[in-house]
Amino acid sequence: MASSCIHLLKRTLRTPYLPSNPTIPATRFFSSASSTPIRATLFPGDGIGPEIAESVKKIFKAADVPIEWEEHYVGTEVDPRTRSFLTWESLESVRQNRVGLKGPMATPIGKGHRSLNLTLRKELNLYANVRPCYSLPGYKTRYDNVNLITIRENTEGEYSGLEHQVVRGVVESLKVITRQASLRVAEYAFHYAKVHGRERVSAIHKANIMQKTDGLFLKCCREVAEKYPEITYEEVVIDNCCMMLVKNPALFDVLVMPNLYGDIISDLCAGLVGGLGLTPSCNIGEGGIALAEAVHGSAPDIAGKNLANPTALLLSGVSMLRHLDLHDKADKIQNAILTTIAEGKYRTADLGGKAKTTEFTNAIIDHL
Amino acid sequence: MTKFCSERIAKYAFEYAYLNNRKTVTAVHKANIMKLADGLFLESCRQVATKYPSIKYNEIIVDNCCMQLVSKPEQFNVMVTPNLYGNLVANTAAGIAGGTGVMPGGNVGADHAVFEQGASAGNVGNEKLLEQKKANPVALLLSSAMMLRHLQFPSFADRLETAVKRVISDGKYMTKDLGGASTTQEVVDAVIATLH
Repeated sequence: MASSCIHLLKRTLRTPYLPSNPTIPATRFFSSASSTPIRATLFPGDGIGPEIAESVKKIFKAADVPIEWEEHYVGTEVDPRTRSFLTWESLESVRQNRVGLKGPMATPIGKGHRSLNLTLRKELNLYANVRPCYSLPGYKTRYDNVNLITIRENTEGEYSGLEHQVVRGVVESLKVITRQASLRVAEYAFHYAKVHGRERVSAIHKANIMQKTDGLFLKCCREVAEKYPEITYEEVVIDNCCMMLVKNPALFDVLVMPNLYGDIISDLCAGLVGGLGLTPSCNIGEGGIALAEAVHGSAPDIAGKNLANPTALLLSGVSMLRHLDLHDKADKIQNAILTTIAEGKYRTADLGGKAKTTEFTNAIIDHL
Repeated sequence: MTKFCSERIAKYAFEYAYLNNRKTVTAVHKANIMKLADGLFLESCRQVATKYPSIKYNEIIVDNCCMQLVSKPEQFNVMVTPNLYGNLVANTAAGIAGGTGVMPGGNVGADHAVFEQGASAGNVGNEKLLEQKKANPVALLLSSAMMLRHLQFPSFADRLETAVKRVISDGKYMTKDLGGASTTQEVVDAVIATLH
């Protein structure tokens, strides 16, 4: 069974990705019956990473999730094959398993190597960053009715890294938008909306000023929208979007954006629900690879003290389960997390409570 | 992104902070990714900051900035940004402060200055509002106060601003976007009444 799975996987990876095909659902290649465990790569990361990864493993085990973790760590030397501290084996592991969970990684300062996040993104061709943002019941912020998903194009746009100095004191930065990348992310956005029962997809842009770049992005979104007539499609200018988000976030459902706006808006939405310590995130790569990650920092000051909040990594793990179509397990764990936070008895320090990481973890297991 | 323009805006920001008794200037950037472009902007800001030792200067990355704005906006005082981020940050801040109807703004040039409603988003020309005469005049009134200050009539500017603020805090005459039901004329009459 396992060998025929690998055979199928290898065949898919050789097939060129056609923009008209939505992301291949993972269940075609993984047995959804709990008999064969699914292998997933786990990067615990640095700082508080290992502690929160422990929490995730404990909770997933208690919930009988059929996942077998393959752990990889950031190396201490630069691997010449990847030009970074991540080894070729770690990347191959993600490519083979096709799902992964990543904790916070601090890129060591210095030259001669690529940043860890950049390495992952380029090597695994992670083109979409998906962040579900919803208000956590029981954790009060100024906004109670947030329930939206931000989908950000992650490979080009303003972050293409193409800058040059024209003369001293004048610098030019290139914003590159391609039809292929825009279609790819739009396809994923609509597919996601359909699979998760969302009703509206909003494309965020500034095409009134950047007529060609954002104009191309919008054209691609419109093309894809026509194939999904049951989903409402709208276009919102970025400044209007910011204003609407801070006044009434319930107006939005699924947001799809190019790189820069996506960066800003996804962090803004994280702020609406309580910050990066609570926000899950999932990166989608070519061929249906999904790497869920916790987007907060490695917090070296509280590392090893059993104080860290594992919620972000846990909810990212839940996103990963949903990608694998293990919806009932995902719901079970998510409900346990939300109930524990809502109850208020066991909350970590960043949420205003006094519980330790292990106490919080145990409380969630009790709620399963 | 040019050094000339970055310096110019940084100088304006610090001068504004100095003249209006503002304690902190924050530069908003994304220099970790756009190293050359935003790096140049930051360099210019830092250079100008050295000339104003009494004003605190700090820098914040734009995505962190938006996140902080929605959770703790009180930490910001004066913010100086390049073009695109400025658009987003201004509209986010306007939304937090109450919307397009209340935020004043101005465009300042070397020889001229034009003052208008601050936030550029959304309902700038709504037909229905026009018919019902229920548009909110507060933004434009506060922008005129800014214009008076620019023309160096601070006492008139203060009087106008105080009157407008008192009308809003009284709460009796407010347009729909602030939760009331008055028309534009009623709000203006209330301001005039307060001025006397």
